[in-house]
Amino acid sequence: MARALINVPAKAKRGDIIEIKTLMSHPMETGFRPTQEGKIIPRDIINRFVCTYDGVAVFSVDLFPAMSANPFISFTLRATNSGVITFSWTDDKGETQVQTASIEVE
Amino acid sequence: MSTPTRRTVLTLGTGAIALLLSPAARATTASMAEAIRAFTNGKAIAASGVSLDIPLLLESGNSVPAVVKVDSPMSEDNFVRKIALFNEKNPLPNVAIFHLTPQSGRAWVSTRIRLSDSQKVMAVAEMSDGSFRSGSIEVIVTLPACVEQN
Repeated sequence: MARALINVPAKAKRGDIIEIKTLMSHPMETGFRPTQEGKIIPRDIINRFVCTYDGVAVFSVDLFPAMSANPFISFTLRATNSGVITFSWTDDKGETQVQTASIEVE
Repeated sequence: MSTPTRRTVLTLGTGAIALLLSPAARATTASMAEAIRAFTNGKAIAASGVSLDIPLLLESGNSVPAVVKVDSPMSEDNFVRKIALFNEKNPLPNVAIFHLTPQSGRAWVSTRIRLSDSQKVMAVAEMSDGSFRSGSIEVIVTLPACVEQN
């Protein structure tokens, strides 16, 4: 896996609902596409996304081949305390990429 | 058989293309219903309380923006546990399953999906009390995704 773009506000007021955007670079090969020679390109997708806030899993996604290439996932979180938000993407090969962001809650 | 005319050759050609474009594995209304049953464990689904927002006319099915909103206070004792997206005509009926918690604050997700044809897309939400709600939308896709050649 390669690059991930994440967008988390640096600061928030306690109780605010913040919007988080994530974009991961990945071909999300469906396993249904033939090459010009007629062979099927084997499936290779990110099948799991997990977001933890201060060590607690707060949001996750099971992905199927019908998710776009370079999967974009956006969701909300209630800002309760300053801490670290981690994002992890796991693909069919078992490779996991983790990215973190920190948020300051006043 | 007589010598092939231009017309017979053309007819054969379209037949071959139609064959190429209809892969053996393809979700149907029935397989979508089956996937939804597996998700809800056969429980009844109320057809309200979920809004699924997708542009009605899509030039390409490769990256289709989809936004799901569920009516819920997202409090500790009343929240949306899961939101699942299903489609009718892609090779597989499942698209994604989002797992939410009260910490989510809002029962809202936004993503991009693939659609291989004009079809119905459905969002089903599992509430914390074990009930299910759904919302659906019919969209038109002019250039399909999923099975195109590399």
